[in-house]
Amino acid sequence: MLKINNLTKVFYPGTPEQNTIFHNFNLEIEENKCTTILGPNGCGKSTLFNLISGAIQAETGSIQLNGMELTDMPEEERYSYIGKVSQDSSRGVSKSLNIMENMSIALKKGEKFSFRRLLKESNEEPIIEKLKELDLGLENKLSTQVKYLSGGQRQSLSLLMATIKRPDLLLLDEHTAALDPKTSRLIMEKTQDLIRREKITTMMITHNLSHAIEYSDRIVMLNRGEIVLDVMRGEITEIELQREYSSKLEEVEMAS
Amino acid sequence: MSSLTGVLLTALESGLIFSILAIGVVITFKVLAVSDLSVEGTFPLGAFLVGRFLTLGLNPFLSLGISLVGGALAGLATYVFHKKFKIEAILAGILTMTILYSVNLRLTGKSNIPLFNYPSIFVYFQNKLLILLVIVLLVKLLLDWFFNTEQGYLLVITGDNEDLVKSLGKNPDTYLMVGIMLSNALVALSGAIQAQYQGFIDITMGQSMIVTALASIVIGDAIFRESRKLKLSTRAIIGSISYRIIIGLAIELGLNPNDLKAVTAVIVLLFIGYNNIQSKQKEGKILRDLSIE
Repeated sequence: MLKINNLTKVFYPGTPEQNTIFHNFNLEIEENKCTTILGPNGCGKSTLFNLISGAIQAETGSIQLNGMELTDMPEEERYSYIGKVSQDSSRGVSKSLNIMENMSIALKKGEKFSFRRLLKESNEEPIIEKLKELDLGLENKLSTQVKYLSGGQRQSLSLLMATIKRPDLLLLDEHTAALDPKTSRLIMEKTQDLIRREKITTMMITHNLSHAIEYSDRIVMLNRGEIVLDVMRGEITEIELQREYSSKLEEVEMAS
Repeated sequence: MSSLTGVLLTALESGLIFSILAIGVVITFKVLAVSDLSVEGTFPLGAFLVGRFLTLGLNPFLSLGISLVGGALAGLATYVFHKKFKIEAILAGILTMTILYSVNLRLTGKSNIPLFNYPSIFVYFQNKLLILLVIVLLVKLLLDWFFNTEQGYLLVITGDNEDLVKSLGKNPDTYLMVGIMLSNALVALSGAIQAQYQGFIDITMGQSMIVTALASIVIGDAIFRESRKLKLSTRAIIGSISYRIIIGLAIELGLNPNDLKAVTAVIVLLFIGYNNIQSKQKEGKILRDLSIE
């Protein structure tokens, strides 16, 4: 379980541009559930993810994952427990390496890196197994450099690499937003299969409301760093959600 | 004919010595995608450390070791300027290079000294080519081994995608540091061998070393365009030897040695420019892009 307590984040403190994104923000994310974070631009979704992953630090408050204090942990250390897939499909992979090399390095995530050879025959079978589960034919392209893959294939590979060592928390930051609608749906299906199969606690940012309704167990809508809607699966229809979302967007437009 | 053989032999020997420089530059410019100019100071640093310690009576092989360490420390300085003082890599390198100019002069007290009267690594073996081959092969094998290890891959990925290194639970800065140190250690080694080979050191011997190294690299890439499998180190070695042969023959055919630097720069300009325009890539990307193994 992820517990966020009394989190406060201020950008540019002490300047005229001072901007308080979160003020005493609290949120709990249940285990083995997919929680979607919705909200207009500037509502704090990405800031929240960055605070959890440690890319930025909060002024006050604490973040705990399964009882472990993350608050003062350096970013790279947190990634021993967290997996992340972002919108840009090249951020989760090394494009000049091939699929086999990428998967082999992902298997070392959070472990000690040694002066032994990275590519091991004993790794080949489990890697091919994992790629087969993805069902995109990537297992036949082991020596293809990742830069020659399509955006969808690369994003699937990113997803696999972020989860091959089962993380305690998976952050999906609009991970299908840059893909065409068909591929986007395909990747969402693959994502759902994977997180259900591996029982991974997931937080997902999306602007796609039908994805939110269809794939998440819980929907949390943020506006200016506050939770304005918090519903479980089945408690809201897509049309109602659409209405809520539009009204929040209008408020923001009025305010700005 | 004998003059041609002489030209080719000298080209081969120089090519091997400068291939260690080229391999060092490959690590920063291609693998890490960092434009590190400290090289122009670490090449003579290696030579001046040799000058200093040979005149003190140290074994010539041990003096090569000292140059390696000296180069690595200079690389560390560039890393600190770049990452800790947040200075652009290119300026950080220029600062190191500038500091090293004074350091080099301090080491020997003079801007050039002859080393003919001191033993060099070449006195142990009559065949210069053979010992150079052994050293270069050793460097190549060590690097090829390193880049196949788990740690070596992290260095490669640092140049490609720092976010991925973080998400693997490691700090990319560590690998940037190791890479810059390794690069400058090799460059200093190259300078140290060159000092012993030519039998004198001169404060200007680092001038345009970057362009020389880049010329070797782009020629190596051009020759092996189609072969993705060939290792970076092999390309750098063959590129460096080819560059020396081209230059040697050009001078033999009447190229004015004074024009050498400009010709070298034009080679780099044409190769990189041609590739960049053709691939419509962002500026500077192509050097990295050619690094496919």
